[in-house]
Amino acid sequence: MLKNGIYGILILVAAACMGDDTQTYTATPAELDIPPFFESSILPPEIPRDNPLTVEGIALGKALFYDPILSANNTQSCASCHLQSGSFSDPNQFSVGIDGSIGTRNSMPLFNLAWNRRGPFFWDGRAATLEDQIFEPITNPIEMANTWSNAVAALQNSGTYPDLFDAAFGSTTIDSVKVSKAIAQFVRTLISGNSKFDRYLNGVEDLSPAEERGMNIFLDETRGDCFHCHGNPMNPLWTDNRFHNNGLDEFFTDRGLGAVTGDPRDDGLFRTPSLRNLAFTAPYMHDGRFNTLDEVIDHYSNGLVYSETVSPLLKKIAEGGVQLSSEEKADLKAFLLSLSDPSFTTDSEYQPN
Amino acid sequence: MKNHSFKIVVTFLSTVLLFSGCKDNDDTPLAEVSPSFSFTHNWDGVPIQNADYETTTYVNEHGETLTLSKLMYLISDITFTDAQGNSFSAGDYNLIDAREGVNLSFTPDVVIQEGTYNVSFTFGFDDEDNAGDYPDLNTADGGVWIVPMMLGGGYHYMKLEGKYLNTQTVPESQVGFAYHAIRANDNSTSPITLQDTSFTVDLGDVAIGEGTNIEIQMNVAEWFKNPHTWNLYELFSMLMPNFNAQILMSENGAGGVFSRGN
Repeated sequence: MLKNGIYGILILVAAACMGDDTQTYTATPAELDIPPFFESSILPPEIPRDNPLTVEGIALGKALFYDPILSANNTQSCASCHLQSGSFSDPNQFSVGIDGSIGTRNSMPLFNLAWNRRGPFFWDGRAATLEDQIFEPITNPIEMANTWSNAVAALQNSGTYPDLFDAAFGSTTIDSVKVSKAIAQFVRTLISGNSKFDRYLNGVEDLSPAEERGMNIFLDETRGDCFHCHGNPMNPLWTDNRFHNNGLDEFFTDRGLGAVTGDPRDDGLFRTPSLRNLAFTAPYMHDGRFNTLDEVIDHYSNGLVYSETVSPLLKKIAEGGVQLSSEEKADLKAFLLSLSDPSFTTDSEYQPN
Repeated sequence: MKNHSFKIVVTFLSTVLLFSGCKDNDDTPLAEVSPSFSFTHNWDGVPIQNADYETTTYVNEHGETLTLSKLMYLISDITFTDAQGNSFSAGDYNLIDAREGVNLSFTPDVVIQEGTYNVSFTFGFDDEDNAGDYPDLNTADGGVWIVPMMLGGGYHYMKLEGKYLNTQTVPESQVGFAYHAIRANDNSTSPITLQDTSFTVDLGDVAIGEGTNIEIQMNVAEWFKNPHTWNLYELFSMLMPNFNAQILMSENGAGGVFSRGN
């Protein structure tokens, strides 16, 4: 658990390093509300030393997340493509920008990103940190299509934001770095840890027989073998936060990580998404090609396609996949849905004030 | 891992030995040192570098042409044993990611007097250590270093992955392999049958002084060679629940995979 004392020291150090206009920095240290099982099983989040969580910073970040002021024509906010009802993802295959432009990838859901401890972010890993990730959509021409100078000017000229930035960062002067820091603080508070399976692990709820069978398929190397990329009950993240080619295509129209690193060994690799909240995050895959979870399971069961960089873990690729029976597919789906957390998609803490 | 009392014993023994050392004829105390280790990887003597993964082809003892894509492994309990049979170990561990170059250097948390020691370590975790709960290992490798309970729980010892050329298909095809070493388990029995397949690697006697670094070399080819010639056509994947395959891996590992360099 992150302690107030640690935050206090970090803030004092940060304050000591800042310029004159931040000497009165008095933001209130905040803690993440970490589920006990997360705390006991995996390493804690790494909060950047230069962006400690504060009550005022998180509040500012939430206001910015939901405010279309950041887009060029004041029509889109972060929440336009990251809907809480969709576990902060977009139910559309591709998100639509302010001028009707269509993206090429499905919007990633936003939760438990504080535990992506070393990054990177985005499907293709092109952002090293969460703060870096937040920088991009505001100026992306097919998303919010703004310039930072315009966005900052709009915030600076608003009636409320200078005071909110002053409360969060000790200065009424707004800049892009503070905007990204504040939104990152809010996004780090988006924690999902109350699925049926979480409650099962906590001993307060039983799995159904189908869910239990599905879990065994998930963990069985001779059947589902999902755990090598998506983790197991000892790790509540349900993703390895790494990059794999999961056998979608023989040829790549989207090189994914390879386009970022320039290394052909990374062509067709995309970040593993978490299996939490699948009930809310359709469509699936980096390009949202699958509308249903059944299609996803069918892909791994008999739809795998070989390409040079395909993961060696897809062992039965010559047969198209792990060849699950219809009963096994149904059980696996039941288990996967037990990882969904409806309380996360309705939590008023994450809603605009 | 282990307990603090053991470390205290080590420290106490070190201290006692240090003062014993002060009684030498010249009254010059022996220096206390913390030797470091480095880890290197080769295929029958040819170094394996990052650029070799997924690109350089190797031929294993059985004749399959293969490429490597991942090599991570866990070592633990580096132990220094002096001529009197006194052993010193911090009981700590190191998870190496050879491709990514992570943890290629490691200094165990132990202080010993300079001198000559037999040096050994454990490949993987022995049963005692494998029963522990380590948040860093629960998080390692993206959180998938853990072994599911239905396979006996604990942690992977090694993930060696790649692809081999299947020449028996028309056309020839690349097939992924996942040579994953864990504790041998058979969950067809109740309760599950478990066998500790970690093994001790003896690096021999080493003169240890100030700044000593010991290179631990892994010859990856040996995993496929000795004493069991590994047939990837038969043993390419689904090896974690394969009790006999885990025994074979362990025996091949103990058969000469590791050696001391420099």
